[in-house]
Amino acid sequence: MSWFKRSDKGILTPTESKREVPDGLWFKSPAGKIVHTRELKNNAFVVPDEEFHVRIGSAEYFELLFDENKFTELDVNMESADPLKFKDTKPYPKRIKETQDKTELKDAVRTAYGKMNGLDITIACMDFSFIGGSMGSVVGEKIARAMDHSIKNKIPFLMISRSGGARMMEAGLSLMQMAKTSAKIALMDEAKVPYISLLTDPTTGGVTASYAMLGDFNIAEPGALIGFAGPRVIRETIGKDLPKGFQSAEFVLDHGFLDFIVDRRSLKNKLSTLLRMIAQ
Amino acid sequence: MLLDFEKPIAELEGKLEDMKHLASDSDKEVQAAVKALERKILDLKKETFENLTGWQRVQLSRHPDRPYTLDYIYEITTDFIELHGDRTVSDDKAMVGGFGTIDGQTFMLIGQQKGRNTKQRQMRNFGMANPEGYRKALRLMRIAEKFNKPIITFIDTPGAFPGLEAEERGQGEAIARNLKEMFQLKVPIICIVIGEGASGGALGIAIGDRVLMLQNSWYSVISPENCSTILWRSWDYKEQAAELLKLTAKDMASLSLIDGVINEPLGGAHTDVKWMAAEIKKTILSVTKELQALDPHERISQRIDKFCSMGVVKE
Repeated sequence: MSWFKRSDKGILTPTESKREVPDGLWFKSPAGKIVHTRELKNNAFVVPDEEFHVRIGSAEYFELLFDENKFTELDVNMESADPLKFKDTKPYPKRIKETQDKTELKDAVRTAYGKMNGLDITIACMDFSFIGGSMGSVVGEKIARAMDHSIKNKIPFLMISRSGGARMMEAGLSLMQMAKTSAKIALMDEAKVPYISLLTDPTTGGVTASYAMLGDFNIAEPGALIGFAGPRVIRETIGKDLPKGFQSAEFVLDHGFLDFIVDRRSLKNKLSTLLRMIAQ
Repeated sequence: MLLDFEKPIAELEGKLEDMKHLASDSDKEVQAAVKALERKILDLKKETFENLTGWQRVQLSRHPDRPYTLDYIYEITTDFIELHGDRTVSDDKAMVGGFGTIDGQTFMLIGQQKGRNTKQRQMRNFGMANPEGYRKALRLMRIAEKFNKPIITFIDTPGAFPGLEAEERGQGEAIARNLKEMFQLKVPIICIVIGEGASGGALGIAIGDRVLMLQNSWYSVISPENCSTILWRSWDYKEQAAELLKLTAKDMASLSLIDGVINEPLGGAHTDVKWMAAEIKKTILSVTKELQALDPHERISQRIDKFCSMGVVKE
C-alpha cells in the first residue's frame, strides 16, 4: 500500500502553463544584456544600466505620454490607395494588406489627442514596423489633419518621427507630402502653436528634410540615427568609412541641429515642463 | 550624342544627305524622293518623340547638350547680376541666382546649375547642392520679397549632395526650412523643372504658386536607377522603374502634382535653345501677370491649399 494517494491520474498540467514565463518575454540588448520584458516596459523600454533605447511604436509612446493611456485617435480608418498601380516584387495593395495583417496597423503613423500631465496635446507617432515608417499619402494627410486639430484647438503638437523617408511606391505623391506637412507647419507658426519634433532611431530622408527638422524644438532620443542621406549612400559617395558616431543624435546635437537629447524615462515630464514654460 | 531611339531617325537623315549630294537641282524624280524622305523623317520624329517612354525622357533630360539654368537665364534676361554666398559657410556653385530683367521687369532667378565639361561639372558638383546652396537660395528669395520682385526657380538636379559635410551642416534642415519658408513668401513664385527633378533636393526650391515642367524633364521621389537598386538590387531595371514612378511631365500633370507642361521643340530642348527659351519667357511673363493680380495673402493661401490637396487616401 502506498503512503500517499493520487487523486488524479498522471501529469495533467500542460508544459506551456508550467513555465514561469511564456516565450518572447526576454529581450536581448545589442550589448548582450538580457532583460525581462516586464522590467523593460516599466523602464520606458530603456535597457537598465545601458541607456539603450529599444525601438518602440505608437502604442507604447501613447501609453508613455498620455495620462492613464487615455486618448482620442484621429482618422483611425485612413488607408493607402493605389493611385499609381505600383507593382515591384508584389503589387502595392498586397504589400499594404500583408503589412496591415502583420502589424495590426493601418499605416506608418497614428495621430491622437489627449492630456499629458494635465496639458492638452496632439501627438503624431510613426511606426517603423510599417514599411520602414515610410511616408506616403496617408502619413502626410494624417499628420496634416492632426496639425489642423492643434491649430483649431490652439494646443501644442508633438511629432515623434521614426522613418526611412518617403515611400517609393507612391513616388511623386509621397514627395509632395513633404511640402504638405511643411505648409501646415507654416500655419502652426502663424497660429503660434508650439511644435516639438522628437527624432527617434532612425529618422532619415524626406522625413528629416521636412517636418522632423522644423520643430520650434528639435529633440532626439540618445543614440538615434538622424540624417538626410543614409550612411550607405554617403559611404559610397565619399568612398571612405564614416567616422564613429557619425549621424548619431549626439553628433547632430553637436552640429547645432537639436535643442537637446532626452532620455525616454524623463520625456513626459521634460516635455510638460517645457510646454508649461511657454504657456505661462 | 545619339540616344538609342534617335538612331533610326539619324539613319534616315544620313540617307537624305547622301541623296541631296547625288541629286542635281533639275532632277525632278530625285527631288520628289528627297521631299518624300523629308516628310518620312518628320513623321518618324513626331511619332518617336510623342511616344517616348519614361526612361527615354529621363535620357533626354540628361542629354549632354541640354540647356542648363544659366543658359536660359542669359537667353531670357537683358540684364543679369549674379549674387553669391549664403553668408554663413560658402558660395555653393551648384546653386546659382541673381536679379535679372525680363521685358523690363525685374525677377529673382534661382536654380541648380550643372557643368558642361569635366572641370565645370566638378565645380558645379553635378548640380547637387550642399546645405549652403539651399540657404543661399532662401537668402535670395528673402531679398526678392523685400523688394517685391517675383521669384523664378529652375530645377535641374540629380539630388541634394549626399556627402559627409552636407550632413554635418544639416542638409535635411536646410531643405526643410526652404519648404516651410517658401510657403510664407509674399511674392509670386514660379518653379520650372528644366531637366532632372530628383526628390527633396529638387523640392527644396520647388514650392511655388505655379510648378511647371518642360516636356522632357522628370520629377519624382527618387531616380529610376536608385529605385531599381532598392527594389531589385541592381540598376538593370531602371527602364521599368522609370515607368513605375510616373515621373514624366505628362504623368505628373495628370496626377495634379504640377500645374502645367511647357512643350519642347521636336527632338528636345537642346535642338533649339532659343525657341525653348522664348517659350519659357512667354510662360513666365503670362503666369507672373496672373499671379500679380492676386493679393499676397490670397496667393499664399492658394499656394498652401494646392500642396495640401496632394495625396490619395482611402477612408
